[in-house]
Amino acid sequence: MNLNLEYHRSPLRYAAARTATGTIATGRAAGWWAANMSPVRLVNRPEPRLPGPGWTRVKPLLSGICGSDLGLLTGRNSPYLSAVISLPFTPGHEVVGETLDDLPDLPKGSRVVLDPVLGCVPRAVKLCPACEADQHSRCDHVTSGMVSAALQTGFCADTGGGWSRMFLAHGSQLHKVPGELDDERAVLVEPLACAVHSVRRVPIPDGASVLVVGAGTVGLFTTLALREYTKAGPIYVVARYGHQRERAREMGATEVLSSDRAARALRRATGGFLARPEQGAEFLLGGTDIAFDCTSGSGLDTALRVVRAGGTVLLSGMPNASVDLTPAWFRELNIVGAYASGGNDFQDAMALAKSAPLTGYVDAVYPLSRWRDAIGHASSSGRLGTIKVAFDPTKDQ
Amino acid sequence: MSRPGFVLEVDERTPSLLMHEGEGFRLEKLPLGSRVIYPPESLPGMRDVDGEIRRALDNPLGREPLRELLYAGMRLTIVFDDLSIPLPPMRTPDIRQRVIEHVLELAAAKGVDDVELIAGNALHRRMTPAELKRTVGERVYRSFFPRHLRNHDAEDRANLTEIGQTKHGEVVEINRRAAESDLIVYVNVSLTAMSGGPKSVSVGLASYRSLKHHHNVHTLRHSRSFNDPANSAMHHSYDRMAGLLGDSLNIFQIETTVNNDTFPDYVSFLNKREWEWTLKDQAAYLAFKRANDLAPPKRRRQIWHKTASPYGITSVTAGDPIQVHEVTMRNVLRQQLTEVDGPADIGIWGLPYICPYNVNSIMNPILVMSLGLGYFFNLYRNQPIVRPGGVAIYYHPVRNEFHPVHHPSYIDFFEEVLAETTDPVAIETKFEEQFATDPWYIHLYRNSYAYHGVHPLYMWYWGAHAMEHLGDVIFVGGDRKTTARMGFRSASTLDDALEMARERVGGSPTINYLHAPPLTMADVR
Repeated sequence: MNLNLEYHRSPLRYAAARTATGTIATGRAAGWWAANMSPVRLVNRPEPRLPGPGWTRVKPLLSGICGSDLGLLTGRNSPYLSAVISLPFTPGHEVVGETLDDLPDLPKGSRVVLDPVLGCVPRAVKLCPACEADQHSRCDHVTSGMVSAALQTGFCADTGGGWSRMFLAHGSQLHKVPGELDDERAVLVEPLACAVHSVRRVPIPDGASVLVVGAGTVGLFTTLALREYTKAGPIYVVARYGHQRERAREMGATEVLSSDRAARALRRATGGFLARPEQGAEFLLGGTDIAFDCTSGSGLDTALRVVRAGGTVLLSGMPNASVDLTPAWFRELNIVGAYASGGNDFQDAMALAKSAPLTGYVDAVYPLSRWRDAIGHASSSGRLGTIKVAFDPTKDQ
Repeated sequence: MSRPGFVLEVDERTPSLLMHEGEGFRLEKLPLGSRVIYPPESLPGMRDVDGEIRRALDNPLGREPLRELLYAGMRLTIVFDDLSIPLPPMRTPDIRQRVIEHVLELAAAKGVDDVELIAGNALHRRMTPAELKRTVGERVYRSFFPRHLRNHDAEDRANLTEIGQTKHGEVVEINRRAAESDLIVYVNVSLTAMSGGPKSVSVGLASYRSLKHHHNVHTLRHSRSFNDPANSAMHHSYDRMAGLLGDSLNIFQIETTVNNDTFPDYVSFLNKREWEWTLKDQAAYLAFKRANDLAPPKRRRQIWHKTASPYGITSVTAGDPIQVHEVTMRNVLRQQLTEVDGPADIGIWGLPYICPYNVNSIMNPILVMSLGLGYFFNLYRNQPIVRPGGVAIYYHPVRNEFHPVHHPSYIDFFEEVLAETTDPVAIETKFEEQFATDPWYIHLYRNSYAYHGVHPLYMWYWGAHAMEHLGDVIFVGGDRKTTARMGFRSASTLDDALEMARERVGGSPTINYLHAPPLTMADVR
């Protein structure tokens, strides 16, 4: 039997979690409400069966809790995505694990990290134009093929996900982990690859001023990727907590700002005027060339308000908050999305994971049986001084 | 005959003493042996102010009577001190109004048509039309506003002119209209010994290019105190600039001084020595304090800022700026100077709700600092009331609140600069140019009602001498985070503050309490 944390269909629990975390218990208690009210359960299921050739079973060694997972549990993720998931599913797409079956280039027992996108290749369908161009994150066939609909592993009923003792992955999704890369760093490769992908989504001119809103995993890794793969000029990072500020500087931030001071500080740093509407936050006439929203949407408003006219706002995390788009119209902004990874992003992320100062990024590891604690911790990770919370399913007896 | 200032030594019979603390006050029991420095009793005001103005204009010092300097076809510019003095603002009619009306009557009689009135606000915020009207009076306002009654604009390059440089290389750049006038009449109110005289035109009508020569850390650290012009490097710079101006411009100075009737009748106990409070005063204290403490913060601020002082005028002197100012200084000191026998380990000051830069506004933390460590600390001659390495204890809540329109650059200064350093020299070196030339701050200074971008830095320099002199600074009742941001400490009570000061000054420190306002200047022997 396979122990896994299963997200199942329960409109009542979904609504309850969304309501509770959005109203009466935001902030510190949100994690507790999410863990106790969301439609998640720890269950034993029969071991999954391989859907076809090229697939293997994977035993997760560590599986991270991502912001999009928390958005799911708090009911904040957009219903738009409900068409590209299949219930019930086991979350978990940031995974380092061990293969349990032999594949042509990947012998059984290989330590691997998962590129979770379920594109045309694993689905064994004719390659769509995006997959043909090695941009499988834009795959048009995520609802067809040999496994059920899912934008990626961790949202698919057939493959399972990392929050379990075992899930299924196609060989094309797996990247062998070099021996010198320990599990704590390897589990960060997937979010690193997303960050590398995001900084490649738009041309960043040499010396361009960049704002990164948010200093959780995505924000910190985006800062790192900006420094590593672009010649950006000053990088300003909006961080909420002390430990995030320190880490943002380690990653190469020029200046770290608090969210309530971002507009004023950026005005001073980049020039321009500050405008104060009768309602709502201040905004800049001037500002940075590019902004990355790495907050799952809560910082998007800030990003839109402090980018210069004609600048670019890049959505790095899964956006799950509504926002006033007037600045995009008035300042003629380019809004660009960045989802998952593609091309060489994973290989580059693997290299980056070896060299970057990532020690201590995974400092809270839970067995699946303590999933409520884990989710509570992840929901308050910033306040608790943690960057990444992960499950270690091997700890469950 | 008013009684002179004196120093009270606290003993068992001494009542609790009044302590200002922002928009409030309290009675505080000071430790036995503490010395309390009181100003001279308020001097009698002139009975016939208009008559005295006429007399001054007809019998000026070192100049011909004003009427003889006026002629048809001339360009006359009347410059007057802005709303930063006196504090609190004077009950109307303001003395500036009275003087200006007399000057205009003489000018009209002589057929002078080309007359401009300019507020000498330097880098201060522009005065609003209502504030201008209150200062110059309805009649003058209606006749001259807006085309011929305006604020000085220190960033209007087209309307500034460089007069020259002093032998120390100080650029003297002032308002072009004034510089190109046949006569400048400067109308002053001197509340402290630092203002007036050489400061009037050289500062009030100057630009940043000119002001930076004396508003800097070095000068302020060598102004001991800046209320003692003879020992003030800042005033030496003013003197050099005024000398240059005197050589090129025709300036007729009219200076006035006020007495210590600082607070109106309904809070007249604030003007008195505590042991002389009548039963009525005690009842007024209790009632006003209770009402004040219960009032919502916004309402409380409104009430305090509506306070208009019933000052009496103690002198009106006109003529040559140097000679006039000597008389003014004597009158200011006559009202404020009290001899003190040596400094103490600890100095105590109660900081009121107002300083020169928050009239009709909010006393933000930087202004609290400049009032406490700048203005009040520098109310001395010879030496400060607290010894080198001693401790300053101030009373003020030091709330983290700013007026977004009046003090935009203060907000950035507090949040960004002070988060990095509180060292005045480091601030001057790294940030002054940025703040002084920031286009947004300049835009707000010129078009809104904002203090110039560099102003918060000047306020920080204002305390540079005190910061160098003192071993510790503690704010009783001060917001802990806000005071810490500025490098100071806060205490809940005086006892706590004294306990905190113990590590610097021991367990039995000597204490000097400068009882102000009404303003007191300590002549420390």
